[in-house]
Amino acid sequence: MNAIPQAEAAKRPMIELRKVNKWFGDFHVLRDIDLTVHAGQKLVVCGPSGSGKSTMIRCINRLEEHQEGDIVVDGVELTNDLRNIEQIRREVGMVFQQFNLFPHLTVLENLTLAPIWVRKVPRKEAEESAMYFLERVRIPEQAAKYPGQLSGGQQQRVAIARSLCMKPKVMLFDEPTSALDPEMIKEVLDVMVELANEGMTMICVTHEMGFARTVADSILFMDKGEIVEQGPPSTFFANPSTERLKLFLSQILGH
Amino acid sequence: MTPMASAPAPGHPAGATSPRPPPGGPGGGPLDWARRNLFGSWASTAITLVMAYLLLRGLWGFFSWAVLEAVWTVPANANGQPDTRTCRELKGTGACWALIVEKHRFIFFGTYPYEEHWRPLLCIFLFVALYAASCMRRFWNRNLALVWIVGLSVIAWLMWGGFLGLPYVENERWGGLVITLVLATFGIAFAFPVAIALALGRRSRLPAISTFCVTYIELIRGVPLISVLFMASVMFPLFLPEGMTFDKLLRAQAGIVLFTAAYLAEVIRGGLQALPRGQYEAADALGLSWRLKTLLVVLPQALRLVIPPMVNSFIGLFKDTSLVVIIGIFDLLNAAKTAIVEPAWQGFGVEAYVFVSIIYFVFCFAMSRYSEGLESELNQHRRR
Repeated sequence: MNAIPQAEAAKRPMIELRKVNKWFGDFHVLRDIDLTVHAGQKLVVCGPSGSGKSTMIRCINRLEEHQEGDIVVDGVELTNDLRNIEQIRREVGMVFQQFNLFPHLTVLENLTLAPIWVRKVPRKEAEESAMYFLERVRIPEQAAKYPGQLSGGQQQRVAIARSLCMKPKVMLFDEPTSALDPEMIKEVLDVMVELANEGMTMICVTHEMGFARTVADSILFMDKGEIVEQGPPSTFFANPSTERLKLFLSQILGH
Repeated sequence: MTPMASAPAPGHPAGATSPRPPPGGPGGGPLDWARRNLFGSWASTAITLVMAYLLLRGLWGFFSWAVLEAVWTVPANANGQPDTRTCRELKGTGACWALIVEKHRFIFFGTYPYEEHWRPLLCIFLFVALYAASCMRRFWNRNLALVWIVGLSVIAWLMWGGFLGLPYVENERWGGLVITLVLATFGIAFAFPVAIALALGRRSRLPAISTFCVTYIELIRGVPLISVLFMASVMFPLFLPEGMTFDKLLRAQAGIVLFTAAYLAEVIRGGLQALPRGQYEAADALGLSWRLKTLLVVLPQALRLVIPPMVNSFIGLFKDTSLVVIIGIFDLLNAAKTAIVEPAWQGFGVEAYVFVSIIYFVFCFAMSRYSEGLESELNQHRRR
């Protein structure tokens, strides 16, 4: 359990969770989570709904607060210190299930908002960089539109570009394709695969097992708030060692 | 006639037999529209005729009262007082607009010195010009704030005077429409930021701030504006050290601002709550500080959502300024009321009230139309 691939072990840890515990009221949502993600690693997190996957990655940029244990991101420990939190959030991009674009701003304004105001990049430079990332996600022609005028797949690609504009060191994906119509899933996954191939450190909560197989260095299975099993895709799918994972895999791969 | 002729044969093209609307259906001329909707049946025709009769009679009655039978001027009697006998002889069948002709200056300017009336008149025009400029999108830049500061300074100078050749006029003598515009303009301008602060404060995580905001809002909303004004005017000075006084108008203004802010705060909070949580999370995840998140993401969206109820509050405020009568300030309505106290003009209340109603209506209707335009312009992003 929790085996870190040997090839990665020499690399610097980007994200470390040590004995992280979290409760929602009486509900113990994260139990003794230990996790290390190295620079350049692609980690896919799966598990049944309510298993704490989203909560875990939302703890990494403090959208949720953990109650016990340590979380260290790129050498900075997450504490209640607001400056630490903002510093970490600048380095960690996040893509949400519901896109969460700002509907009152155009696509271009969505992309330049944080670079201009948080990173203090000059407007012209921010716009150039925004156009570069829009081209990367293949929708530069939509720059002047409002998010409401785009399809779900396009919105999610804008959301990915928006995160990338902050030049993050890590990208967190929280079920990025779960709210999409089936025919739009591929266009989003393609962008994510490209990003992975360029060496971005990624943690991705998803049920897209095809994506996990092709992209992930490591897959992690969570159930009832704990990490049950973790391993490279080859062993993860072929030789699941726990009953719980076998059951889960049979459910999602069974048809 | 064979059965085949009445029923369409199977396989017959559907378009050829499907019932079509009669030619000149929806979208025909106004005559067609009237025939369909007003004279469609005997009952509908009867109702149309009765309604048309009542409507025309009402309109005719008003027209005849307001124009045909109206008296526009009255002669002066031996004492130089207006002689309103011609008006009284009408016994209400015609309007006595002579009242307005005679008293319009008092209604507009209150007890402001007669020979200085051009000053408040200019102020009214200045106010209207400032409103108009603020409504135009192409003037929305930093200079607009400067224009307002200059405009309001000029208004203050015109109203008070006291230097640059204008004689001083203490604000006890201000009155009429100018007072209404002053109270409403400053009321809106100051209540708005206070309300935003209160709404944000009420949602604060710091218990001291949220408790203060909740207490303030509930306390102020729980009492009538009249009692707030009364307290500001009568009780507040009692707490001040001897000899220290605040201007009465200023106290009334503060009362109105504090009162409106409490209502407006709840309206704005409604907008804040309507924002999906994902918007806050996305802003957080991008590393925006609380200040940036609030200014760039939360407020722009929340305020757009609540334009209609906000304008509701502003229109309410505009008309509520007339309650300052309780502390003896002569705004538009009270000036009109005072104008008909004079024995010669007693009994002509309808004319006075119709006149000020029209003035109130013009301002409120303008606000409402403008907000409609603003709403559709700012919510363009909602359209697909």
